[in-house]
Amino acid sequence: MENKELFTVSVFSENTVGLLSQVALIYTRRCINIESISASTCSIPGVHKWTITSWSTRPVMEKLVLQIEKCIDVLKAFLYTDSDIFYQEVALYKVDTDLLLDEPHLEEIIRKYNARILDINRGFTVIEKTGHNSETTALFDELKRYNLRQFVRSGRVTITKSEREFVSEYIEKQNKRKNDTLQGQ
Amino acid sequence: MKITGAEGLIKSLICEGVDTVFGYPGGQIIAVYDKLYDYQNEINHILVRHEQGAIHAAQGYARSSGKTGVVIVTSGPGATNVVTGLGDALMDSTPLVVITGQVSTAFLGTDAFQETDVVAVTQQLTKWAVQIRRPEDIPGAVARAFYIASSGRPGPVVLDIAKDAQFGLTEWSHEQCRFIRSYNPTPEIPEEDINEIAGILNNAERPLILAGHGITIANAEHSLLEVAEKGNIPVATTLLGRANLPFSHPLHKGMLGMHGNIGPNIATNKADVILALGMRFDDRITGDVSKYAPQAKIIHVDIDPSELNKIVRASKSVHGDAGKLLASILPLMQYRDRKEWLALFDKCDTTEISEVISHELHPDKEEMNMGEVIDVVSEMAPADTICVTDVGQNQMFAARYFRCRSPRSFISSGGLGTMGFGLPAAIGAKIGAEKRPVVLFVGDGGLQMTIQELGTIMTYNVDVKIVLLNNSFLGNVRQWQELFFNARFSQTQMHNPDFVRLASAYGIAGEDVTDRSMLSDAVKRMFEHDGAYLMNVRVDAKDMIFPMIPAGGVVDRILLNPTTKFSI
Repeated sequence: MENKELFTVSVFSENTVGLLSQVALIYTRRCINIESISASTCSIPGVHKWTITSWSTRPVMEKLVLQIEKCIDVLKAFLYTDSDIFYQEVALYKVDTDLLLDEPHLEEIIRKYNARILDINRGFTVIEKTGHNSETTALFDELKRYNLRQFVRSGRVTITKSEREFVSEYIEKQNKRKNDTLQGQ
Repeated sequence: MKITGAEGLIKSLICEGVDTVFGYPGGQIIAVYDKLYDYQNEINHILVRHEQGAIHAAQGYARSSGKTGVVIVTSGPGATNVVTGLGDALMDSTPLVVITGQVSTAFLGTDAFQETDVVAVTQQLTKWAVQIRRPEDIPGAVARAFYIASSGRPGPVVLDIAKDAQFGLTEWSHEQCRFIRSYNPTPEIPEEDINEIAGILNNAERPLILAGHGITIANAEHSLLEVAEKGNIPVATTLLGRANLPFSHPLHKGMLGMHGNIGPNIATNKADVILALGMRFDDRITGDVSKYAPQAKIIHVDIDPSELNKIVRASKSVHGDAGKLLASILPLMQYRDRKEWLALFDKCDTTEISEVISHELHPDKEEMNMGEVIDVVSEMAPADTICVTDVGQNQMFAARYFRCRSPRSFISSGGLGTMGFGLPAAIGAKIGAEKRPVVLFVGDGGLQMTIQELGTIMTYNVDVKIVLLNNSFLGNVRQWQELFFNARFSQTQMHNPDFVRLASAYGIAGEDVTDRSMLSDAVKRMFEHDGAYLMNVRVDAKDMIFPMIPAGGVVDRILLNPTTKFSI
């Protein structure tokens, strides 16, 4: 069997009801587990960007992306591996303040991981860390010593390394087609 | 003036050119049926006997007429009963707009009586599915539905309309949809691709065109003929593309795939260039993909980009309309002799005729074969006859032995292989092309899956000639059991009713044909009869469809019968 690698799919879509389940089913049909997913509005008005990561192989993922694009309300979908993109995740950690204050190297930890303290109260402290999965995991391992009460990690967000902005180009092309179509009426 | 959403729906359908709908009323669509009552002069509603019949009839209608088929059913079971047809239409690229009633918005998600989450159920089996909750949203959704269903790669669309949207009042105006930002159904084929493809074909020693359903959908049968003739290139057709070229055209070399003709399958693995047009390399065509067309430079043209490089890696894949491509390359095509290449097909045909076809058509036994029955029907059928099939041996024999002579004359359930498709599809095909004769080839298994539609034939006097190839077996499964499961005929023998008497109960004429000597007179009577006719032909259950490339086999390793392999 081929070795699986981690792929990131960026989907640009209209904001319509039911599209999420439609896209999720495209993964389900191939028995591919979604590792992480994040979705929100993007810089283009009305357009939502989703970032979905999953372990698979390239031939499978290439076909899957075309199936996603086939959904009527999807504008564009792109397939990336980690080397094609800049990506980040946010992690939050909730630890006991008492234990943390006893730690002689607290400053060192915060500094070493370039983390941020969001809130300190008598009971607990909330720490935030932005980075790659391996980095937030490393801090997680470190903080386990301080009675880590909660740990949460977001899905991935990405920005491409490409000079071209393919979605904007697509929308421009479509707008031109719209004008041609309506004028041709 | 404000009108109800239900009336707006009907007015929008009329604006989209709809004059025929297939359906079945029910509690959550009753408001629409009430308004249909007022529009009986504009819209002809065909009341079927089961919702599955409605959707298959709409498929037949869409495929014979080239128009979008429309289905109206109620919520819950009404909607779930059309699911098979949605899957079938999606696989076979058939434009449908299916309107389902839905419970009132206040009841959504409460497990209300006859509530089903129709959008969720149908999402994976449609090109687009949407729920409408407000009357003012109906015209826009209808316009979008027709645009999506009929453009690009056609397919089924579901509009799930809540009861209060049907009853609610709204101002109504309808504007056709011609643009959706996230959808491009008319991709342009770059000039350089056209030149390149024409160049590849002109230089090819052993080219082969694979013509699929996309040619039919694009109404490009004539362009195909012109390109083939001008370039002197042999054409093989897929199951759904059988009517793309007249059966007996010298460049039409037959059908591809598992039960296709020997020539095209052998040629696939000898060709140096394959031009695949509007087809999707189904596994029934490719067999073992790793040993498929090893020598060929494959040019794949399809309007659906997700079909490109899905099964077979193409040397050149083109996202575009197969018909437009043919029209564009026509002026560039050059005639080449290719005598040796074309002789290959003749050589294969000679073997196929002596080893397979002659045994099928002129058997040395008492019982009749399916192929010989179809051959006689084909011989006596008018030139513009539409051949509709069910699924199984009847379908494969019809695809092989019925000689389609005009465009859109072969309608069958290809991708999904839906038994029970035939009878309702034939009804729809006839309603969509009233002037053309329609012949249905169906087995005793498939006929009984939707046999209730004999009632629809009775009500509307639909002139469908039903040729029941009755072997009292589920023949195709029986064949596989015989070949691959030590002839253990598990659950394939059918205990059947008296079909002619059954038809007679519906006022449909018919007769039993139990002997070869009766056949041609019976076929003559069938075609001369004014109205529907059921010919119950007793055929040999032991008859098997050959040639055969076993599932997953290599396309040039063809069985001529259970024990003999073809060799050239």
